Amino acid sequence: MQNRALILKLFSAFALCLTWEIAGRVPVSYAFPTFFESMSALAEMTADGRLFDAYAETLRPLIIGISISAFVGVIVGLWVGLSPLFDWLFSPIFIVMQAAPLAALIPLLVLAYGIGLTSKVIVVCIMAMPVIVLSTSGAVKNTPESLKEMGESFLASRLSVISRIILPAASPVIFAGLRLGVSAGFIGAILAELKITPTGVGDIITYSRSIADYPSMYAAIFSIIVLSVLFLNLLDKVEIILFKGNQRGYVSD
Amino acid sequence: MSQIKNSDEDVQNMEKPIAVSVQNISKNYEDVEALKNMSLNFPKGELTSLLGPSGCGKTTLLKIIAGLLEPSSGSVSVNGRQVTGPGADRAFVFQDFALMPWASVLQNVSFGLEMRGMNKNERESIAQNYIEEVGLQGFENSFPHELSGGMRQRVGLARALAVDADVLLMDEPFSAVDEQTRRKFQEDLLQLVANKNKTFIFVTHSIEEAVYVSDQIAILLPRPSRVSEIIRPSNFRAKGVDAIRRDPEYLDIVDNIWNSLRSYVE
Amino acid sequence: MYLFGYRLPGMSSLILWGALWELIGQAKITFFIPPLSKVLSTLYEVLGTSAFQNALKETAYAFCFGVFYAVVIGITVGILMGKNRLIDELLLPWVNVFLSAPLTALVPVLMVLFGFGMKSIIITTSLFAVWIIILNTRAGVKQINRSLVEMATSFGATPLKAFVKIYFWAALPEILGGVRIGIIRAVKGVIIGQLLISIVGFGALFELYSANFLMSHFWAVLIVLFALAFSISEFLAYLERRVSYYATKR
Repeated sequence: MQNRALILKLFSAFALCLTWEIAGRVPVSYAFPTFFESMSALAEMTADGRLFDAYAETLRPLIIGISISAFVGVIVGLWVGLSPLFDWLFSPIFIVMQAAPLAALIPLLVLAYGIGLTSKVIVVCIMAMPVIVLSTSGAVKNTPESLKEMGESFLASRLSVISRIILPAASPVIFAGLRLGVSAGFIGAILAELKITPTGVGDIITYSRSIADYPSMYAAIFSIIVLSVLFLNLLDKVEIILFKGNQRGYVSD
Repeated sequence: MSQIKNSDEDVQNMEKPIAVSVQNISKNYEDVEALKNMSLNFPKGELTSLLGPSGCGKTTLLKIIAGLLEPSSGSVSVNGRQVTGPGADRAFVFQDFALMPWASVLQNVSFGLEMRGMNKNERESIAQNYIEEVGLQGFENSFPHELSGGMRQRVGLARALAVDADVLLMDEPFSAVDEQTRRKFQEDLLQLVANKNKTFIFVTHSIEEAVYVSDQIAILLPRPSRVSEIIRPSNFRAKGVDAIRRDPEYLDIVDNIWNSLRSYVE
Repeated sequence: MYLFGYRLPGMSSLILWGALWELIGQAKITFFIPPLSKVLSTLYEVLGTSAFQNALKETAYAFCFGVFYAVVIGITVGILMGKNRLIDELLLPWVNVFLSAPLTALVPVLMVLFGFGMKSIIITTSLFAVWIIILNTRAGVKQINRSLVEMATSFGATPLKAFVKIYFWAALPEILGGVRIGIIRAVKGVIIGQLLISIVGFGALFELYSANFLMSHFWAVLIVLFALAFSISEFLAYLERRVSYYATKR
């Protein structure tokens, strides 16, 4: 069973690379390099260190932004979930933010904060925070009533109920929110780089495109996608470590 | 031979010490009167059932005794002390088990002790005892989703027993498990009541269950909620768990209760 | 949330925030935030201008086509994946990858392959929406109660009839949920597409206004955009609620 899943995954990955290679050879377009061309460009960039420098640039606003969003987002979400006043005050803001295309604010942010690290971090934050806050507050509000009563009946303090019952009970949904937040933050980071300043990986993409070095461009994009997959898998592992029991969901009859 | 008495009889109250005393409790939800002026006594060391059709307020009353709900008026005292909230003298067993799905059996059972500030080693060894007592040895590190319904409720029971409270409050504890498991639980409950020096307050809507396990049955009727009778089955329990369900007195009591409750079923 | 015993409606705090906006704007705290009243009056002006209406037309065009393709492809693939295990195992990892990957990174590829125009934007929009639609459709199909399937067969329903009368409705709440989220993503996609490709629709308008420091105009158009996105999302939520009466009892 395990093996079958793995084999199929590898097979479909192989099939994809093969399709890519063939499409590049056809060629689908003059701007579509083959798989191997892109991979060798990738290898080149890694070897001469360009890739690492680029990621150092790109990851900075991303990591800062996501850390802030996760930390602040979960706390705000908790607060909003627990307090009717804060729910009334802040939920509408986040709901609007979530439905709206926040990317439209980027030109404004550039005007206000320039093209440096600050505006990029802000971009990541506004993309990531709404979904984290709303997931957290939703999960907190939906904590099963009987679990909370159970805590009270065994004399748990309010703080204990929050930390030992509400938070763990909410954790699957909080992590789902974090996953969405991270990928939204990623989008924000890349968007910021493509749009605001040519730095980091975004720069490699834009520059390669402008000099028609398509293999490099595709290589960079490929690396971003791989990175985001790795990042999210890491997040899953963190969840498993922190909350082993989450893997099968809820106990209710 | 049956000793069916009406409420307001003080005779039984004077015979036995009272663990829990409910006085003139009323509970209103906006314009719904869930409980109105209810008074009831629960003798120490016995199992009293609250039996009645849905809507009669039995779970509400139980939660008020537990301190999880505040009454609109009236008072409850446990062992002479007034109830103002949950306390160490009472433990609750939930209908839907209320287990923490992210925690192991051991962690769940030791939860009550943990909330009282006991250190890890101490509470885990106490929890271990009770896990064995309810027959779950070997499952200490399992998670709730890996257990059957019956096993989950035993975890809930172990958790409530572990804190060694004087009063055990059980809210339809067996209604979420299958019939065979339920019967086994009822038999085990009889043993538990006999072995432990605790007072049990047991909410159920099953007449057979109430007559089977109880020393005293309080029949509650809805709209407005009131105690209509208190029944004390005589000691047919001494005849052995298997003989109870065929005992004539048992059958009579069940029939009589059903006849009086029949008209209240929606 | 209650005030003096009266229940306050859900989004009413926005009125408070609006008032705050007005105050900040009047106090001229920052150049970038003009008073709400000024923004609203500019909004009224802007709505009539041909620049705005063209932008709206272009954006709506890209959005509608993008969503159309995403829905058609998404639901089809989702159904296939829900019903066929092999296809599911082959495609699922990729769907998950692209669901959470920064699709923005793919936009340059689209620009290179399909040019700087409407085509790229439509494809961007579809790309943003399609993955979640696939996943939700798949989930909807997978959770169709076995008993329903057996019931349909036992009463002699042909596959087509069974699909139209039972499976479709059984999966619908989930599918609608996916389409709703997909549409919200599509709105983001169409805007991001326009920001990066930048010579059409609202993307162009934003560039224009920000280059000329026309803050009120900028915010006005932003509000319109936000309001549109929000209304679409609420409309879909309403549709979802209409079918959800049976959703929980599945």
